[in-house]
Amino acid sequence: MTTVFQQLINGLSLGSIYALLALGYTMVYGIIKLINFAHGDIYMLGAFWGYYTINFWHFNFIFALLSAMVVCAAAGVVIEYFAYRPLRHAPRITALITAIGVSYFLENGMSYLYGADTRNFPQVIKQVNYDLWGVRVSNIQILILVTACLLMVLLQLIIKKTKMGRAMRAVSVDPDAAELVGININRTISFTFALGSSMAGAAGVLIGLYYNSIDPLMGMTPGIKAFVAAVVGGIGSVPGASLGGFLIGLLETAVQSLGFSAYKDAAVYLVLIIILLVLPAGIFGKNVKEKV
Amino acid sequence: MKANLKYNICWLILMVAGFYLMNALILVGVIDSFLENMVVTIGINIILAVGLNLVIGFAGQFSLGHAGFMAVGAYATSIMISKTPTAGVFYLSIIVGVIIAIIAALIVGIPTLRLRGDYLAIATMGAAEIIRIIINNMKMTNGPSGMFNIPQFATWPVVYIMVCVTTIIVVNFIHSRGGRAALAVREDEIAADSMGINVFKWKLAAFVIGAATAAVAGSMQASYVQTIAPNNFNIMESIAILIIVVLGGVGSITGSFVAATILGIVDAALQSFGALRMVIYALVLILIMIFKPSGIMGAKELSFKRLFNPKSRKAGAKS
Repeated sequence: MTTVFQQLINGLSLGSIYALLALGYTMVYGIIKLINFAHGDIYMLGAFWGYYTINFWHFNFIFALLSAMVVCAAAGVVIEYFAYRPLRHAPRITALITAIGVSYFLENGMSYLYGADTRNFPQVIKQVNYDLWGVRVSNIQILILVTACLLMVLLQLIIKKTKMGRAMRAVSVDPDAAELVGININRTISFTFALGSSMAGAAGVLIGLYYNSIDPLMGMTPGIKAFVAAVVGGIGSVPGASLGGFLIGLLETAVQSLGFSAYKDAAVYLVLIIILLVLPAGIFGKNVKEKV
Repeated sequence: MKANLKYNICWLILMVAGFYLMNALILVGVIDSFLENMVVTIGINIILAVGLNLVIGFAGQFSLGHAGFMAVGAYATSIMISKTPTAGVFYLSIIVGVIIAIIAALIVGIPTLRLRGDYLAIATMGAAEIIRIIINNMKMTNGPSGMFNIPQFATWPVVYIMVCVTTIIVVNFIHSRGGRAALAVREDEIAADSMGINVFKWKLAAFVIGAATAAVAGSMQASYVQTIAPNNFNIMESIAILIIVVLGGVGSITGSFVAATILGIVDAALQSFGALRMVIYALVLILIMIFKPSGIMGAKELSFKRLFNPKSRKAGAKS
C-alpha cells in the first residue's frame, strides 16, 4: 500500500510538470490550431535561465522562477511574431513545419552557443525528506505540486475572469467574429503565447530542481509527452490539459514501478490511441459535428 | 495505353538516361564515394517522401508515423541478410519487409484512420513509437544498440531502380480509379462519401501503399549504411520526411523529388560547418516556409503532356 502511495506522489510531481507544459500546447492549439513543436524548447530555455541566474547572479528560487516565466513569455511572443504571424493564413501544415524549424533552431542554437553537455542544476533549495506513514515525500515534490497547482488556478482565473481571457476564448471560437466585435486578434494571440510560454518556463525551472540535470535537448521528449497529455485531455480545453498531464505522469510512474520501464513510453502512446478511439476529441474535448 | 505511349516513352528515356549519366559520371570520376553517398541518401529520401506524399498530399491523411514502417523494412532486411548474406535473400527480405509493413499498416490504420487531422497525426506518431519501442526491446533485433556489419547489397543502381519502381507504383495509383477516389476524399470526405466512394477503403489503401514504400526505403537504408539502431527511426525521422514533403509541396510528386535533392545537397554542403549546420538548416527551413508557404513546387507537377501541348487546357498528368 505504501508503494502505491509512494508512486502516486512521484507520479503527481511528474504529472504536474507535464500538465504545466500541456497547458501551453492546449492554449496555442485552441487559438490558432497550431501544434507548437517549439514549446518543449521554451521549457528548455526556462531551465537554462534558471541555471544561469541561480549560478551566476545568485537568485533565490522564487525570483529565478518568476524571472524565467517573464523571459520565456518574452521568447514565446518573439517567436510568434517572427515565425508564426507571417503564416497566419497559410496552410496549417506549413505553420507546423515552421514550428519544427523553430524547435531545431532553439535546440541547436543553444547547443552551439553553450555546448551540448548535460549540466547539474544548482540545488537552490536543500532537499528535505518527510516521512509520512512510510511514504517518503521531499519538500521539492511538494513545492512542484503546490507551484503547479497555484499556476493552474491562476491561469484558470485569467482565462475565466479577465477581459483578455474573454478575448482569448472568443478568438478560439471564431476569429473573424471576434475581430468584428473589436477584439485585437494579434494582441490576443501574443498574450496566449506569453501565458503558455511562461507556464513552460516555470515547468523548466521546476524540472531542473527535481531531476537536477539539464541539457539543450531536454525539451524534446517531455514536449511530445505533454502534447500527448493535451490531446488525451481534449485539446483546447484547459482543465483537460491539467488532467491529461497528471494522467500521463501517473501512468508513466505506474508502468515504471511495475518493472516495465522499457515500455513506459509505449504504454503512454497505447493509452493515447485507445482514448482517441473511444473519445475522438479527448476526455474534455467538444466533439464538433461536421455539417454539410 | 496508346494515348499515353509517347509520354510513357519519354519517362522511360528519362529514367534510363539518368541511370547512364550517373554511371558515366562515376566511371569518369566526377562522382566520388562522398557524392555517391549523397546521391543514394537522396534516393532513399525520395522513396520515403513520395510514399508519405501519397498519404498526406493525395489522400489528405496527416500521418506522422512513416519512420515506424521504415524501421520494419530495415530490420526485416538486416536480420535476414545477416543470417544468409546472398543477393537472393536480400530481394526476398525486401518483399518480407513490405509484407510485414503492410500488416502493421493495416493494424495501425484500421482503427486510427477514423480520426481526423492532428488527432490522426498524433495517433500514427504514437503507433510508430510503439513499433520502435518493441524493436528496441527484442532480442532478435539486438535491442537498443542496433545491428551492424550488415552486408551491403543495396548499391546505388539498386536504390536507383527502387526509386523508379516505387515512384511508378505511387504515380499509377494516383492516376487510377482508386487514386481519384483518394483525391475526392482529400477534398471533401462527406461529399466523397455521398457520391458512393468507400472513403475508408481508399484512405486505408493509400496508407498501406505509403507504408510499403517506406519499408522498401528502410531495406535500402539498412543495407546501404550497414548499421541501424532503433533510434534512427524515432519521431525526428518521421518529421524529417514530413519536412521534405512540405518543402517540396504537399500533393506534388515532382516537388518531393526536388526537395529531397535540394535538402540532400544542402546537408552535404553544410557538413563542414559542424555544430552550426543544424542552426543554418533550421533557419533555411523557417525562411522557405515563411516566403513560400505552399512549398517549392506547390501542387504543380513536371509533365511531358504539358510540355508537348503547352496550349491544351486539360491539366497535364504525369506518366
